[in-house]
Amino acid sequence: MALVEREPLALPAGTGAGTAIEPLGVLARPATKTGWRSWVTTVDHKKIGIMYGVTAFFFFLVGGFEALLIRLQLAQPNGSILSADVYNQIYTMHGVTMVFLVIMPMAAAFANYLLPLQIGARDVAFPRLNALSFWVFLAGGLFLNSSWFIGGGGPDCGWFCYAPNSGVTFSPTHGVDFYSVGLQIAGAASLIGSVNLIITVLNMRAPGMSLFRMPVFTWMQLVVQFLLAFSLPVITVALFLLTFDRSFGANFFNVAQGADPLLWQHLFWIFGHPEVYILILPSFGIVSEIIPVMCRKPIYGYPFMVFSGIAIGFMGFGVWAHHMFASGLGPISVAAFSLSTMFIAVPTGVKILNWMATMWGGKILFNTPMLFSAGLVAMFTIGGLSGVTHAIAPADTQQTDTYYIVAHFHYVLFGGALLGLFAGMYFWWPKAFGHMLSDRLGKWHFWITLVGFNLTFGPMHILGLQGMSRRIVTYQPEDGFTLWNRVATLGVFIIAIGVLLFIYNMFHSYRTWKAAGRPNPGPDPWDARSLEWSIPSPTPEHNFDVIPEIHAQDDFWHRKYGEDERGRAVRVAATENVVQKGDAKGVHLPSPSYFPLVMAAGLPFIGYGVIFNRLIAIPGVLLFLVGIFGWAFEPATEPDDHHGDAHGSDGHGGDDHDGAAKATPATEEAPVG
Amino acid sequence: MAETMTAPAGTGHHAEHDDHAHVTNTGISNEKLGMWLFLGSECLLFGGLISTFLLYKKKLNTFPGFENTTVNKLGANLFDIPFTSVSSFVLLMSSLTMVLSVSALQRDDLRRTRLWLLATALLGSTFLAGQVYEFTAFVKEGLGFTTNIFSSAFFTLTGFHGAHVLIGIIILMTMYALSMRGRLSSRNAEALEIAGLYWHFVDVVWVVIFVVVYLIK
Repeated sequence: MALVEREPLALPAGTGAGTAIEPLGVLARPATKTGWRSWVTTVDHKKIGIMYGVTAFFFFLVGGFEALLIRLQLAQPNGSILSADVYNQIYTMHGVTMVFLVIMPMAAAFANYLLPLQIGARDVAFPRLNALSFWVFLAGGLFLNSSWFIGGGGPDCGWFCYAPNSGVTFSPTHGVDFYSVGLQIAGAASLIGSVNLIITVLNMRAPGMSLFRMPVFTWMQLVVQFLLAFSLPVITVALFLLTFDRSFGANFFNVAQGADPLLWQHLFWIFGHPEVYILILPSFGIVSEIIPVMCRKPIYGYPFMVFSGIAIGFMGFGVWAHHMFASGLGPISVAAFSLSTMFIAVPTGVKILNWMATMWGGKILFNTPMLFSAGLVAMFTIGGLSGVTHAIAPADTQQTDTYYIVAHFHYVLFGGALLGLFAGMYFWWPKAFGHMLSDRLGKWHFWITLVGFNLTFGPMHILGLQGMSRRIVTYQPEDGFTLWNRVATLGVFIIAIGVLLFIYNMFHSYRTWKAAGRPNPGPDPWDARSLEWSIPSPTPEHNFDVIPEIHAQDDFWHRKYGEDERGRAVRVAATENVVQKGDAKGVHLPSPSYFPLVMAAGLPFIGYGVIFNRLIAIPGVLLFLVGIFGWAFEPATEPDDHHGDAHGSDGHGGDDHDGAAKATPATEEAPVG
Repeated sequence: MAETMTAPAGTGHHAEHDDHAHVTNTGISNEKLGMWLFLGSECLLFGGLISTFLLYKKKLNTFPGFENTTVNKLGANLFDIPFTSVSSFVLLMSSLTMVLSVSALQRDDLRRTRLWLLATALLGSTFLAGQVYEFTAFVKEGLGFTTNIFSSAFFTLTGFHGAHVLIGIIILMTMYALSMRGRLSSRNAEALEIAGLYWHFVDVVWVVIFVVVYLIK
């Protein structure tokens, strides 16, 4: 490792030390560390992670509401709650919202919050870019949803928006324009985030934290970020082509001019299949952290876990055409993609077996995070198995575009990704907010969700095999779909109860904690293994008082436990003695900035300009330019800005929803979060 | 040992302990590694556009009714190969001046740094002007953006490249402005080097586009 102290690279900060540079008076750097200002200007990866989480949860409620409408419409034959047109918009936006605005950003929330902590870093590689990626994501999400109000309804082409359905002829409202531009903006956010997180992991690990000592969660997120970096540009191309077609009269998907509608399908799924792993691997990482902690055993076969994740990442780029078996690819392509799809099940199976081997013989603590993790292992296995059945092309041509597919990917994305994300919320909640979520309510939440989930999506396997087509607006009594559709609708309302219970749990746990005088759960409430548990809860703004030196995988665990002569874990040090106090003074951290927000705010206007009237784009471009040049000419860190001078100590801080500035001297008093 | 992103308070050298100034695990700075990664990602962007172009170039020739249209005198008559060869040469030469500029900055020769920066931007602008001229000529010939699938793919691919050149010129001019304000020196020559990485990438992509679009029949 090169230990040369280099000169700063930052253009503006480099030589202008000492001179306060304020390019724009209104956007001068804020000094407060509480209140809304501290949130909109923050470059702290923890605050950004929390904002990602809150935003994703909001969109989760929106997408969930859309799911309820879909199920109400299908609850009985000849359903008349939604018109066919609105139904198309609702299922499209349900899919787009859940994929791009819920699971991806929720995984990004965990990545942002945890990656620097798990590798022993003070922040991500580019803190301001991190803020930018959040604001751009928010801009994209709001832009997409503004389609309901000013686009003449949502997009109505399904979440993968096949040509020529996406053309002006078949989709005359502005919905698809909002889809193409909105996803473009959200995609830019993910691309920025992926570059940032990859560089963070590659470059900013603590001394001794070699790649193969990193926690599995960090590894899976690293794979995900590589997948994002190399698959997003492909959908960027596809979305540009679609925008050009619709807004500028290009001919990319104009079949009358000889265009090939399969071009869209290829471009979309070359992105879209890696996307599937982008959605699931973070949850795989989360449960790979939780299961060893709750089973009191190290993860079984760590190198296999890591390499199978990498293998999934590579192979994920080679299976896209299994989404297109019914499109007439020709027997050779179909056979090749059949085989590659069966192969990719192998590393996934390795993971499932490793989790089970980790649980095997462990003293399993069945608390909420563990229940959700075990739920993921079981439910994802069902989804994975039904997925393998799609690899068999003859069967798949029968199942394509039926509810069997809908059942499959909900078992993977709800039973896999979402259960994993819930597990992660219960697990890391004390680290982020300084108090535990109620385990009793959490268990109710888990069992209600599990029952509701299986009632909703289990019957869809049957419906699909019976021949019920996906995206169909209604069905007839004589089709024989009525019973299982009723069950599915019942199930979705049980899921909704589970979600409400989770929301209640958040408030209830917070109030109970406050009423009890804000007791601190301590740095390590689960007796866990990775570095984030070696620092106080909630995480201090500067993360680590001293950057730890790493000697082994699960280094923190080995500081607490050794082995006796029979190989059993014995405590060698009390947790209090190995954790950091979080009271370091004068740690130098990057300063907050308005410019990421300003830049991101310009993007929706540029989008509206493309769709409606070019004049609207002018303020958008101006905002963008003010943002980017303000950024370039602003030092990354104020020369005299010290963070962490006065940190909230035990039993204090972490009150992230209570932004009221406390009457204290300005730069002192920095309640974390 | 290497501590990321920290400096003891009150050392008086904060600007030099900026968060950019820490030691990295790979030995490559965050900014440079980030640029490499971004360029890797850009490869797939241009890969997608080039694939689209190749698909539609082939398809148009086999599409019934297009064999004898005026817009189908592709390659043979429409492309002015000598003209585009010259403008390609101009763009490639700008990579040379870019390297000279970075090298001058590393030697703290600000005068030459600025000179070569301007030369690079000027060569890039010449290339862009050539592209504008070419586009105008095509439109006059009746091959507009919306004419057919080939023209849409052609203008999108070369247009995306042109936009990248334009952004590159803006970056170069920003560097020039920074150097005029005394913010560029051998100590942060890497910033210019990273801008150069982008510039070279845009040039290399043009080599591929020139071959695929103009030279392959």
